[in-house]
Amino acid sequence: MTTRPLRTRLVLTVAGFGGLTAAVCVLAPLVGSTSISLTRALSRSIPYADNVDAQIFFVARLPRVMAGALVGATLATAGAVLQALFRNPLAAPETLGVSAGAALGAILAITFGAGTRIGPLAPVPLASLAGALSAMAIVYLLASSTRRAMSTSVLLLAGVALNAFISAMILFVQYLADFTQTYRAVRWLIGDLDVGSFGPILAALPLVGIAFAIFATLPGALNLLSLGPEAATARGVDVARAQRLAFVSASLATSAAVSLAGPVAFIGIIVPHLVRLVVGVDHRLVLPAAALFGAAFLVMCDLLARTVMNPVELPVGIVTAVIGGPFFLWLLTRKT
Amino acid sequence: MLRAADAGYGYGGTSGGGDAFTLADVSLEVARGGFVGLLGPNGCGKTTLLKLLGGTLTTRTGAVTLDGEDLAGMSRRRIAQRIAIVPQETHPSFDFTVQEMVLMGRHPHLGPLTLEGPADIAIAQEALTATGTAHLVDRAYMTLSGGEKQRVVIASALAQSPDVLLLDEPTASLDLGFQMEIAALLRRLNRQRQVTLVLATHDLNLAASLCSHLLLLKGGRTLAFGPTAHVLTAAIVRALYGVDADVTFHARAGHVTVVPLGAAHP
Repeated sequence: MTTRPLRTRLVLTVAGFGGLTAAVCVLAPLVGSTSISLTRALSRSIPYADNVDAQIFFVARLPRVMAGALVGATLATAGAVLQALFRNPLAAPETLGVSAGAALGAILAITFGAGTRIGPLAPVPLASLAGALSAMAIVYLLASSTRRAMSTSVLLLAGVALNAFISAMILFVQYLADFTQTYRAVRWLIGDLDVGSFGPILAALPLVGIAFAIFATLPGALNLLSLGPEAATARGVDVARAQRLAFVSASLATSAAVSLAGPVAFIGIIVPHLVRLVVGVDHRLVLPAAALFGAAFLVMCDLLARTVMNPVELPVGIVTAVIGGPFFLWLLTRKT
Repeated sequence: MLRAADAGYGYGGTSGGGDAFTLADVSLEVARGGFVGLLGPNGCGKTTLLKLLGGTLTTRTGAVTLDGEDLAGMSRRRIAQRIAIVPQETHPSFDFTVQEMVLMGRHPHLGPLTLEGPADIAIAQEALTATGTAHLVDRAYMTLSGGEKQRVVIASALAQSPDVLLLDEPTASLDLGFQMEIAALLRRLNRQRQVTLVLATHDLNLAASLCSHLLLLKGGRTLAFGPTAHVLTAAIVRALYGVDADVTFHARAGHVTVVPLGAAHP
């Protein structure tokens, strides 16, 4: 066979995209509306209270870059998993209704949930996580109620119907909200990485960790699922189990990402397609590549968002939507 | 030996009203290295029987065993290590290369976190050579012709290193040239590599030219099972399809041939 063995391609993929991601994550915190010096920020001779560079670096920029990397990696990988599960290249984390559930939770907390805190967790991320997990449970029960294997068409349609229903609920809650609450809700819905500290990132890590542990076991089965459930069964895949794991892991990942940063649009579609152009369609390469490039891509989008209207820092969701909309249309019209 | 003993299956019927379709009490033995054809009209249960034999459906009554081991008690992975299935058509939702399609056949032999090694690649290479598709290895599967696609899918099934290969109308959408190509491939696999084959088809002449034994199904029940030359008769063709046919031994072809003459008048 003429192409390189998979092991070599996997090493090249991880090294290439890993290097890019590392470079972007190191450089991005240094760039912004105020220019700072890394040597000054890390200098021990200047007390932290007087070190403006260190404060900008550690409080404003580093958490934002880390949140971008985490959210980008998570949404991009979840998108790649869902596209294989649904056998549809336009499926995305938004498709399942999980993002909408998170949005409803967040907006309920913004409108009605004054300072209810559980431990270190703020009410808005907590409520959005609860909303996302509830939406996931509803879709899951609908899709697995009648058959042994999940029906992916029921899953898809249930997601669409749930999205529409939840949008109506969001408008209803918005109607009851006052101006300040509506303003905060709209801001949340745009998707923003300005998390302010490391706390929310740490809080999202356990769920993301579980999701990625499941993702790691899936690529071989995802390759076969994209041939259809019967072909996958014939090649030894327990289709019902693989579908359940793919759905649950992608939903958990989406829940964690959206409760951290809001529904940042289109990452789950753009990134998997871009990496497929480079590494091909084998999911054993696509998933790690999507995770690494998703991180780099969202951090770069956020860098653009922070600097394009200097000194105004835009939410990253605007940048990804502006790039993602036309990209989606290009995918639709591209000859297959 | 692959054996079905009084195998039965019913579809539907979740809200009472009985089963929408039933395959009843089908018994069948395929010896190691055997080549059995499944024939019968649309809806007779050929595909269902093939799924039961491949363990992708589990029998409601009776059992299917492979060398004495009940398929119902084996994991999907374990079954796929021994039985491969070639469907009528395969439509991947991503643009896999031929090499990737064939290597997917190694899936039941790999752990969830292991990648295929040199031994797996050698097996895939051999499957490509056996099916005459080695020159296509770097092509995109979707760009191949119908005959090439089906040969690649058979290569992928062979890469599973199966003892038994089940084929569901593998030539249904192919022209005569490709049909002959697939037929020659199956004959070669059966004779040279002793692969056990079960072929469901509507093509009576294809079945007659390839299969040593035939199972004839009608309405989910066995009409006849035996050596091809014994069971494939004008009377059986009329009973199966309601068609009058001239069934004769063709000396140059070396097997029984069926020439349909017209709808039978009762």
